[in-house]
Amino acid sequence: MANFYLDNPSLKHHLHHPLMERIVELKERGFADKDKYDYAPQDFEDAMDSYEKVLEIVGEICGDIIAPNAESVDHEGPSVANGRVTYAKGTQENLDAVRKAGLMGIAMPRRYDGLNFPIVPYIMAADMVSRADAGFENLWGLQDCAETLYEFGSEDQRQRYIPRVCAGETMSMDLTEPDAGSDLQSVMLKATFSEADNCWYLNGVKRFITNGDADIHLVLARSEEGTHDGRGLSMFIYDKRNGGVNVRRIENKMGIKGSPTCELVFKNAKAELCGDRKLGLIKYVMALMNGARLGIMAQAVGLSEAAYREGYAYALDRKQFGKAIIQFPAIYEMLSLMRAKADASRAMLYETARFVDVYKALDDISKERKLTPEERQELKKYSKLADAFTPMGKGMTTEFANQNAYDAIQIHGGSGFMKDYTCERLYRDARITNIYEGTTQLQVVAAIRHVTTGTYLNQLHEYDKIEYNEALKPLQSRLQAMTSKYAELVDAVAGTKDTEYIDFQARRLVEAGAHCVFGYLLLQDANKDESYRRSAEVYINYGEAEIDKIYTFINKFNREDLVYYKH
Amino acid sequence: MSLRIIVLAKQVPDTRNVGKDAMKEDGTVNRAALPAIFNPEDLNALEQALRLKDTHPGSTVTLLTMGPGRAAEIIREGLYRGADGGYLLTDRAFAGADTLATSYALATAIKKIQDYDVIIGGRQAIDGDTAQVGPQVAEKLGLTQITYAEEILNVDEENRRITVKRHIDGGVETVEGPLPIVITVNGSAAPCRPRNAKLVQKYKRALGKQEKAPAPACHPDGTPALKYAELYETRPYLNIPEWSVADVNGDLKQCGLSGSPTKVKSIQNIVFQAKESKTLTSSDKDIEDLIVELLANHTIG
Repeated sequence: MANFYLDNPSLKHHLHHPLMERIVELKERGFADKDKYDYAPQDFEDAMDSYEKVLEIVGEICGDIIAPNAESVDHEGPSVANGRVTYAKGTQENLDAVRKAGLMGIAMPRRYDGLNFPIVPYIMAADMVSRADAGFENLWGLQDCAETLYEFGSEDQRQRYIPRVCAGETMSMDLTEPDAGSDLQSVMLKATFSEADNCWYLNGVKRFITNGDADIHLVLARSEEGTHDGRGLSMFIYDKRNGGVNVRRIENKMGIKGSPTCELVFKNAKAELCGDRKLGLIKYVMALMNGARLGIMAQAVGLSEAAYREGYAYALDRKQFGKAIIQFPAIYEMLSLMRAKADASRAMLYETARFVDVYKALDDISKERKLTPEERQELKKYSKLADAFTPMGKGMTTEFANQNAYDAIQIHGGSGFMKDYTCERLYRDARITNIYEGTTQLQVVAAIRHVTTGTYLNQLHEYDKIEYNEALKPLQSRLQAMTSKYAELVDAVAGTKDTEYIDFQARRLVEAGAHCVFGYLLLQDANKDESYRRSAEVYINYGEAEIDKIYTFINKFNREDLVYYKH
Repeated sequence: MSLRIIVLAKQVPDTRNVGKDAMKEDGTVNRAALPAIFNPEDLNALEQALRLKDTHPGSTVTLLTMGPGRAAEIIREGLYRGADGGYLLTDRAFAGADTLATSYALATAIKKIQDYDVIIGGRQAIDGDTAQVGPQVAEKLGLTQITYAEEILNVDEENRRITVKRHIDGGVETVEGPLPIVITVNGSAAPCRPRNAKLVQKYKRALGKQEKAPAPACHPDGTPALKYAELYETRPYLNIPEWSVADVNGDLKQCGLSGSPTKVKSIQNIVFQAKESKTLTSSDKDIEDLIVELLANHTIG
């Protein structure tokens, strides 16, 4: 009987951000749909009210259906027979519930039967779903594929496929192959055009495909014979109704067990081209991955939240030496840091989601009409911020989710090691988040550009211009000092112009920048709502010390010592 | 082929989680202290109705509820999940009704609705636990009834027969009856589906007449202007119809308190004395006493 929206006030806090007014205005095009669709909002206030009401539905489904099913889904998992996947019983129930509630295609325009919600409420739903069952978030999050179809598909393809997704059909993105994981340029799945049938045929193998038995697939395949790099790849739509793809096996994974991870065999599978040839990887998959990374951030945030709640509940309940263990400094420190990391992660998630919202809405509008010069500036600004915040956020929040899950078990002591408690599932589920959709190491590769070009530093200066309450000024000045140290380190490392050395220090630089960003975001939260003060204090204590550690490491590091690290 | 389904539902105080102020001095339920909710088994009934609508396209689901103005919430909850409309029976003259007067009121409203194949409601409401209203409605309308239903297995529209699995002591049985029919649904039936995102957005402003014009007492500064007032003109489905005794051609004498022969003979205020937990020492005697106690009340052995 829990409602994951109502029992977590921080969701409402993040939903009601000043930038939402602009986002809703763009997304609703001045509320042009209000007389066309009976469920379209009349104005900003009405739209926000609708988001809340729909998030309440999601919260209820998460609390009453998805969370109670999580344990059995984890134990039972999906199965495969005759090339087809059967979900665990609980997974099927979850899917039926979200379908009946009309929650698939949340972000799709109304003309394709979607709800036309911005990314912020969509990702908020993902946050709650992940807290309930991180493995189910994978199925939920594949709605993102519809976004890609919408962005790059033809009008005819949009009309044929998106309403099916909104009606509850599932999707998958088939990218990885046995020899093409992080390096997607090596994708080999062959696409051949048949003049006779006037269509494409796909042949080959895909591996590690989440929900690989989906109704509609987006497939990355080599359409240009004889090529070996990313420029020979195109994106295709495969419709399960046409047949030709079978599931050869499903992986036995450590976590997110409810989500079927499939090995697919394509045998003359009929497919259609999505968008232009040769842009599959360099344009479409990059867009798809950015959306997916935001989804994984939401998964990490939900897991961090769940881990904190499990740890907190146990620490309150468990008595040793005559008192609840939460009264011991060693335990309450762990908990407060878990809380701070969860709050910081959530702040980063919604900050990023807002950036994505603004630029995506503007980008969509640019297909309808010419943008004004101001709008073009706005688009450029937010697109750059989204590009910078997505990898930093994905990298950091997924590491925090792992740390929180680890600490949740630690608080449980021996009991946490047993299958009787939820924390062990969280620990296993969290472990993939900093690996898939690009490992943390690859997020650093994407983020370091924005370290060296100053995107983060400029944004930190913007944050510093905000007027903070008197009580928060001491924290602000500590953040200023942290920011200066970060800037100093960037100059020192980037100044060497030694690519290998910059790569070596890159993670430390990105983390130092992230501690400043997270600190400022929590400061803004505390500025709005006193209840975030604790997390701001705790996080800044933590982040400040982390930056000092990094500062010492980099400053004392002798570049010649790199040889000791090379293998 | 389609069915006309009426769902009987009641707004009740949530008696499942009661605090110390749940009962008034005189022993009656303190409705103000408890949240008003959709009676749980009526939700099970609504789900059965919506499933019939899913499997028999073109069917309509209409909610019927009796209560004060705020009970229009029950109709909205139905609309949010796929019902087509509903009526709120509301009139001071309906107040204070026992099961007889309630079933009279519901039966007259159903006669006014006229067209129906299936009338379905929860087995009982959690504020009274009588399980009498459904059966009495059936009697007043002269219809067959199937009580304690767990699942409607089939509706044969051609032969106008319905097949229902019902809960009985120690198991289930499958029975068949003619349409139109009254069915009461047991809590062991499928839970109700969640609200639908589009329908919530469509109907969130649906209001009954009383909700649109709240009594001045609640708003000392005068009645606040109704928001988006013009929508109620352009979108008729946002107006939840309210019916008075006169609207359903009811006999005042049979309604509300005057139509309720039930007399409460006495009320016992029972306060649980025993604490929920019991602390035992590790002495052999305590353990032995516990074993004896558990054997005596058949918890073990």
